[in-house]
Amino acid sequence: MDAPTNPWRDAFEAFKASDAAQMGATARDAAFARFDAHGMPSKRDEYWKYTPVRDVTPDTPVPANNAADAFADVDAYRFVFVDGHLDAARSDRDALAKVADVADEKGAPWMDGVFNALQAQPIIGAQKQVERPFADLNLALFSDGLAVRIPAGTALDKPIHLRYEGNRPAHLRLEMLVEKGASATLLESGAGALTTGAEVVVEDGATLNHLRAQTEVADKQFTALYAKIGAEAQFKTFTLAADGALIRNETQITMAGENGNGHIAAGVMGRGKALIDNTVYISHEAAHCESRQVVKNVMDDESKAVFQGKIYVKKDAQKTDGYQISQSVLLSEGAEFNAKPELEIYADDVMCSHGSTTGALDETALFYLRSRGVPLKEAEAMLVAAFVDEAILEIADEGLQDIVRKAVDAWMAERAAG
Amino acid sequence: MLKIENLHCQLEDDADTKILKGVDLEVEAGKVHAIMGPNGSGKSTLSYVLSGRDGYEVTDGSATLLGEDILDMEPDERAAAGLFLAFQYPVEIPGVGNMIFLRTALNAQRKARGEEEMGAPEFLKLVRAKAAELDISPDMMKRPVNVGFSGGEKKRNEILQMSLLQPKLCILDETDSGLDVDAMKLVSKGVNALRDEGRGFLVITHYQRLLDHIKPDVVHIMAAGKIVQTGGPELALEVEKNGYADILGAAA
Repeated sequence: MDAPTNPWRDAFEAFKASDAAQMGATARDAAFARFDAHGMPSKRDEYWKYTPVRDVTPDTPVPANNAADAFADVDAYRFVFVDGHLDAARSDRDALAKVADVADEKGAPWMDGVFNALQAQPIIGAQKQVERPFADLNLALFSDGLAVRIPAGTALDKPIHLRYEGNRPAHLRLEMLVEKGASATLLESGAGALTTGAEVVVEDGATLNHLRAQTEVADKQFTALYAKIGAEAQFKTFTLAADGALIRNETQITMAGENGNGHIAAGVMGRGKALIDNTVYISHEAAHCESRQVVKNVMDDESKAVFQGKIYVKKDAQKTDGYQISQSVLLSEGAEFNAKPELEIYADDVMCSHGSTTGALDETALFYLRSRGVPLKEAEAMLVAAFVDEAILEIADEGLQDIVRKAVDAWMAERAAG
Repeated sequence: MLKIENLHCQLEDDADTKILKGVDLEVEAGKVHAIMGPNGSGKSTLSYVLSGRDGYEVTDGSATLLGEDILDMEPDERAAAGLFLAFQYPVEIPGVGNMIFLRTALNAQRKARGEEEMGAPEFLKLVRAKAAELDISPDMMKRPVNVGFSGGEKKRNEILQMSLLQPKLCILDETDSGLDVDAMKLVSKGVNALRDEGRGFLVITHYQRLLDHIKPDVVHIMAAGKIVQTGGPELALEVEKNGYADILGAAA
């Protein structure tokens, strides 16, 4: 008998021969070893109970649905990746390089404290290290990406937009250092990445706003975002996920300096047999920080939403203000929401709260709207828009808020038409 | 205009709870009919059944508006057909702006009737004028529907909707509840401004005092799911003076 084949090991071995694999080779080997030690998680793994990934293979197709690129009209430094490689002609690498430090394929010295620095760190004090197979596979297999340093004090004049296209199941990577007092906005969209991995360091007094439109993914996408937030720094991340057959977004934020702010919000719209999972880990390691998690799921048909959110507060992180809310509106009897809030607190003077709700739309409000002439589907769309808006309001920029609102409206309009 | 014949209904979840037990009522265009009656007589249920709220099952009888059977219509279709219910407890809808709500409702009805939708500038002008008449501040218009409104503000907001939507038949379900005298005058003024030859009113109330301001043409007394007595405005005064016991005793 032949030994059972491991398609991921085969893929990694094949990839290692390529030019793209040379940068960070040691980190890639270590990441693959981490993955390989455990393999794909099963339902017996605590953080994968609701999200079946055992059968995900390296050749998983990445089809897009017919939704438009939510950020097509946003004036941005665009980085378009097609089949896992930058399409230079459609990208603004040179323009961004004039105002920020864009590393080449060999990397740059500033990446030392960023690349593999956040991802390889063990989660301190956690009862159990979360298995992050896709983060490790991404690090092992990424074929391209962006590594950018926003110099101290620089307010980037327009957002950076990472755009994923193509049919090949690509693995794309972001390394970002927002230096002291700098500020930037980061956008992501497109279906052409099976995995994305990001490590971002937001230094003292810096601001990074991240917005991901996961509205075009027809099949699968796995994302991992690691952020380290300095003193007085602010990081906000928002994801609008809709319709993917299997989407898992993992976010791990470390509050590393005093008076930092870390906000994670998500709007999730599911129909058919979609499964959309947001798994969040916030580690408070410094005092006087605030973190917020606001997740709003709108689930139709037989779709499922999963939310696993953990707030970890280290012994010294006194005066931590941690807030978590995850709520689902189930638009059909077959829809499902699994929520797992966790608090692990070792400091004795903190304010941490969490809440979770699941239910149908408010019947009384629906009747009120209908009694004024608003047809059922339109009334549902109004209430859904209001429901998701609490998460949308976490987005810093009002123009970007409106883009997300439009995407939510478009989704509900399509539902009404179908 | 509104014709109710032998209307019977029960709770959808509980067939043993019969609420309406043969209501006969006709409201003519241009007339104000009042329904009075003790608690639990079925007055509010009648308003819900007519407007299409879930939870009730009509087991017998009919209700038509301008000759059209409304009982088979969806609530929004009934609204487009010209029926309006001013709620006893107007619903708060967090996150939905009052202005957007009003415009969506107005244009949904217009669309349903095959009329052209009203553009934003025309709508704004209209709603501002109507709001001013009811002493509704621009701030209230910006807030989410009924959220943080006082009892009086909520009722004025109901009348504002009524005056924007220009229904054929207005049902007022205990519009006087929770109102002080000044608020009741303001609301009544708004209702009276809508009285005209083409419009009918069904005013449900516990108390005669609302009928001092909105003068009815016909007063009905409802008890145990039926109209048990019908008369002129003097009937309401009799109730005010002697309570329901005399009338109900006489009817029984």
